[in-house]
Amino acid sequence: MEVLKIATAGSVDDGKSTLIGRLLYDTKSLTSDKLEAIENKSKQRGYDYLDFSLATDGLVAEREQGITIDVAHIYFSTQRKSYIIADTPGHVEYTRNMVTGASTSQAAIILIDARKGVIEQTNRHFFINNLLRVKDIIVAINKMDLVDFSEEKYNEIKASFETLMTKRDYQDQQITFIPVSALKGDNVVNESANMSWYKGQTLLEHLELLDSDDIYNRGTPRFPVQYVIRPKTEEFHDFRGYAGKVYGGDLSVGDAVVALPSQTKSKIKEIFFHDELYKTASRRSSVTITLEDDINVSRGDMLVKADDLPKIEKQFTATISWMDSKNLTNGNKYVLQHGVHKVLAKVDRINHKINPDYSGIDDTIDALGMNDIASVAFKLNKPIFFDAFKDHRTNGSFILIDTQSNNTVGAGFIQ
Amino acid sequence: MKGDTSTINPLENEAIYIIREVAAQFEKPVLLFSGGKDSITLVRLAQKAFYPAKIPFPLMHIDTGHNFPETIEFRDRLVKELGLELIVRNVQDSIDQGKVKEESGKYASRNSLQTTTLLDAIEELNFDACIGGARRDEEKARAKERIFSVRDDFGQWDEKNQRPELFDMLNGQIELGQNVRVFPISNWTELDVWSYIEKENIEIPSIYFAHTRATFLRDGLIWSSDDEVVYREEDEIVEERLVRFRTVGDMSCTAAVLSNATDIATVVKEIRNATISERGARIDDKRSEAAMEKRKQQGYF
Repeated sequence: MEVLKIATAGSVDDGKSTLIGRLLYDTKSLTSDKLEAIENKSKQRGYDYLDFSLATDGLVAEREQGITIDVAHIYFSTQRKSYIIADTPGHVEYTRNMVTGASTSQAAIILIDARKGVIEQTNRHFFINNLLRVKDIIVAINKMDLVDFSEEKYNEIKASFETLMTKRDYQDQQITFIPVSALKGDNVVNESANMSWYKGQTLLEHLELLDSDDIYNRGTPRFPVQYVIRPKTEEFHDFRGYAGKVYGGDLSVGDAVVALPSQTKSKIKEIFFHDELYKTASRRSSVTITLEDDINVSRGDMLVKADDLPKIEKQFTATISWMDSKNLTNGNKYVLQHGVHKVLAKVDRINHKINPDYSGIDDTIDALGMNDIASVAFKLNKPIFFDAFKDHRTNGSFILIDTQSNNTVGAGFIQ
Repeated sequence: MKGDTSTINPLENEAIYIIREVAAQFEKPVLLFSGGKDSITLVRLAQKAFYPAKIPFPLMHIDTGHNFPETIEFRDRLVKELGLELIVRNVQDSIDQGKVKEESGKYASRNSLQTTTLLDAIEELNFDACIGGARRDEEKARAKERIFSVRDDFGQWDEKNQRPELFDMLNGQIELGQNVRVFPISNWTELDVWSYIEKENIEIPSIYFAHTRATFLRDGLIWSSDDEVVYREEDEIVEERLVRFRTVGDMSCTAAVLSNATDIATVVKEIRNATISERGARIDDKRSEAAMEKRKQQGYF
């Protein structure tokens, strides 16, 4: 079964939760007990419609305030695919949640209230999904019922979003516009009887037809070693297997590889998934690899093809999304986790802050606060083996960990 | 030799990756095993993650003493067959030590009492990571939980202060005294679990399949009649019904469903067409809309 992870972005009251609720309802994914709970709660609150947002807002504080605080995950499936929706809140102060949600998604839905059009928030939602290189973007122009299902209004909003698109870095992103009414169910799962002027797909049709192989950003194969398997049993006495997930591309038996950082050469001898041997380890699969030669490889090392080395360096510049209330300043030290590899990193220089709404940069700052995005130069105590984020979404990203609180305080995308 | 690994379920790849991260990042992990289908699935995934080596951590069962006997038989057999270490800690001991008080009345259950026993066991045995079979699709508060979920010294979950999880990167750095709950099948749905059990031909306890059982009705749910464990009013009449269980929790809070699915393929078909959610048959969640969130804050698994 194909699995598609989708991030959602919308401002408060754009109807994001309602849209997700509608997707669940129209795909018959809501069970009768959940539906009953929604019906009761809606009635209790005096609504004359079903408040589908009640299906997703999980925490007490969220139900009390009627807002979404944290990333929630919602699941539904069709005959064709399993869908995982990361429901991320849209307030200004929650940039960190949006970055988080987008980082694991291959597609994103950006919601726009048809009455309000493209607003400052929309710029941010698009900026983040573009920064994170989410391949497929659906711009859902919602609440069409409140603008009389007007084609003119839709075209107007589409045109102003297209202006925004000219500013993006990541040009390969696929962008689709769909006019919807989440509340009434137009063009979400079912076609709209009210907008015969719209000839495109409904939201679900679009998702169903996405080729999941295509929307995973490709790169060259990288195999970070997670764990060394040494059974030391009689049958597998000399077995030394490297367990990990393959990223970017495929690795096959017989491939000439180099282990990093030692730069020792060898060839792939076997590829295991559980007790079965395979000829090729496809990207995104969790396999165990053995090598022809007995070389020293441990957790955090990386196997790559001999003719396709990543950069091996102790300094680089990255775009940072800061996620902690304690500021990032020059000279601060953090644990940098790049995949499964950890090193110590020192902030060498904050180059400039990047306004996450395409309004330019600010090079006068000397500290990063929560939700800031900036270009920062780092120095490391040991080299890491990386690619630029634009070439490799996995091998070009890292997280920063506070050495005292142990919290994940930032995400980085190597330039 | 097979061709390529592209057809392997992405959820399976993800779970194996997570389980390997636990073994690599923690000193003393444990797999919380209830004998239910989710934890049985975890055991299979852990086997796959470390083949040809053995699973490098023990299993632990927090036994409420109110389990279905079929589950305990199954548990002991599985552990023996796979040569795994099993640790059992009993809720009864926590009751005897006066640490928790047995609930009384119509809805009495030992389900929430498990928390104390679990936290004591974590402290006693110095576990720094507990792998569990919880899934985000089960319940709304669970939908917000991270894959690596940090618990403080008191075992508590601070839902408003969770670590962001980006890409595949899992941050397991903790202080002494803290521990991490790990949920490798976070992104699986009930149907995903059942489909996997079918595909892998995994053995599960017999109570998951249709069988005749002495039961009574309450609040529209079907309860197993066991006078020692399940409180029953006099006017709640015991009748034999053909039923199966969708979850295997404490007997006192797990209701059965009418079913004639006697094999896994029929069960999968039944789940596919089910109109009631899995936890709809768990009375512990019906106590209030925020029941799960409250229990999790207190350290419940």
